[in-house]
Amino acid sequence: MNAAPMLSVSQLSVSYGAINAVCDLSLEIPQGGIVTLLGGNGAGKTTTLHTLSGLLRPKSGRVTFCGEDITRLPPHQIVARGLSHVPEGRMVFANLSVAENLAMGAFLQTDKALVAETREHIFALFPRLKERLRQTAGTLSGGEQQMLAIGRALMGCPKFLMLDEPSLGIAPRLITTIFEKIVEINRTQGITILLVEQNANLALEISSYGYVLETGHIVCQGPSRDLRQNPQLKAAYLGG
Amino acid sequence: MTEFLQQLINGLSLGAIYALLALGYTMVYGVLRFINFAHADVFMVGSFAGYYLGRLVPGGTLWGGLAVLAAAMIACALLGVLIERLAYRPLRGGPTLNVLITAIGVSLLLQYSGQIIFGATPRTFPQLFPVAQFHLGRVGISSNQIVVIVVAPLLIAGLQLVVFKTRMGMAMRAVSLNLKAAQLVGVNINTVISFTFALGSALAAAGGILYSMNYPSIDPLMGVMPGLKAFTAAILGGIGSLPGAALGGLILGGAETFVGGSQFSTYKDAIAFGILIVILLLRPAGLLGRWTAEKI
Ligand SMILES: Nc1ncnc2c1ncn2[C@@H]1O[C@H](COP(=O)(O)OP(=O)(O)OP(=O)(O)O)[C@@H](O)[C@H]1O
Ligand SMILES: [Mg+2]
Repeated sequence: MNAAPMLSVSQLSVSYGAINAVCDLSLEIPQGGIVTLLGGNGAGKTTTLHTLSGLLRPKSGRVTFCGEDITRLPPHQIVARGLSHVPEGRMVFANLSVAENLAMGAFLQTDKALVAETREHIFALFPRLKERLRQTAGTLSGGEQQMLAIGRALMGCPKFLMLDEPSLGIAPRLITTIFEKIVEINRTQGITILLVEQNANLALEISSYGYVLETGHIVCQGPSRDLRQNPQLKAAYLGG
Repeated sequence: MTEFLQQLINGLSLGAIYALLALGYTMVYGVLRFINFAHADVFMVGSFAGYYLGRLVPGGTLWGGLAVLAAAMIACALLGVLIERLAYRPLRGGPTLNVLITAIGVSLLLQYSGQIIFGATPRTFPQLFPVAQFHLGRVGISSNQIVVIVVAPLLIAGLQLVVFKTRMGMAMRAVSLNLKAAQLVGVNINTVISFTFALGSALAAAGGILYSMNYPSIDPLMGVMPGLKAFTAAILGGIGSLPGAALGGLILGGAETFVGGSQFSTYKDAIAFGILIVILLLRPAGLLGRWTAEKI
């Protein structure tokens, strides 16, 4: 990582009242890369993403995005700068149709032609969404909701996409599809990706660099290739 | 039959006013998930704004009435925004109970400030709009009732347009469906919440004026009863549901008027609370559920 990273987090600490969920976390994500943040239940992955997107305020530390300090910005201003977050559990607008969910994703876009174009890109990426355009989002399958959540985030034309456990509660066949799409988004659109996962095998396969979080601390990091060989990790996350 | 039609007209005009007030309860609940008990007192302030502003224009004219109505709505919109900003926003993120208790506090503050500023003795609301009495056969309808029956549906239709056709309305619906997801697509929730309070309070002010035109004795505690009934209407329709609030208001106004006109007229006010209890027992989600259901 020679060039200045696109996103850099330094010594971030976040707590819920007396509980410290994230301690002294530092990360760097280069432009154009796919970086993964691994960790088991309750490790602090979601807390980290919530802090990066402004939903939570850190106790201390600093988040720099494209050279700008965004630590204390409210979420809508962070999205406006091109940092988009696909939340854990998908959080689609359950009562709205697929089309309306996508329209919500373009809430900050003023250029109608660009919105229409982005929508076509998303349909090319996830043809399923185009077929289900009028369906209520709450009645989609888990995998389809995940596609919609990613599509909604892409409608904002982000430079940087954070995905929180996109494989959670999804049929194995669809997980593969979704991971392929994540790679495609990165390759063809040049969107930098931070992928949070418990499914370490898959995440290390598509990423170039990884961090491992345990009870709020980074315990291990390195190129994904090396992490896959790491005996400790193998025992803990990679199924031996 | 005449009797029935007469009561229907009276019931509709009262119900339309309850509907205006119920919409404010339901909208605030939709975005913030709490009952704004001070809403009924904004209705009272709206009425007093109408009382004082009414002196600045010639009475009994259409333009004068409309100008007073608009000005009172703007004044109360500002009051609503101010209440949220000063009393509720600092508590955001905390337990709902804290905000509920604060809302009761704000309600009492407005009532007793009203008693200090306006005095506790009832005043007679001025005649803002032109007066006339019309007869359709033996059924009578006053111009004040006509104003209610015309203005209230127009305001409700306007609200629907705002909620379903504008960018801000889209943001309101997103916030009510999922606060976090709304923020993640770029909605500024502070703006949406202020806007919601402004809209709801403006409708409350309109309700206060329309109510006072038909029940022209006003005092600082006048909001309490209509407030409770509109709150019941919102629950009856399904709290969070806009059409539900409108429907609940009409049902409640109708029921109250018919009971008031019958031999059981002493139970006129009890009917609202009877309905509330029955609804909470049988169908707590209300008739129409939420305008945007709770996320799964
Ligand atoms: N709203 C909250 N209030 C209090 N504690 C919380 C809250 N949210 C999370 N925590 C705690 O913070 C810690 C980190 O949680 P977090 O959700 O960030 O973990 P995670 O790595 O995303 O886990 P998972 O893989 O299960 O989603 C946990 O101990 C959790 O119990
Ligand atoms: Mg999580």
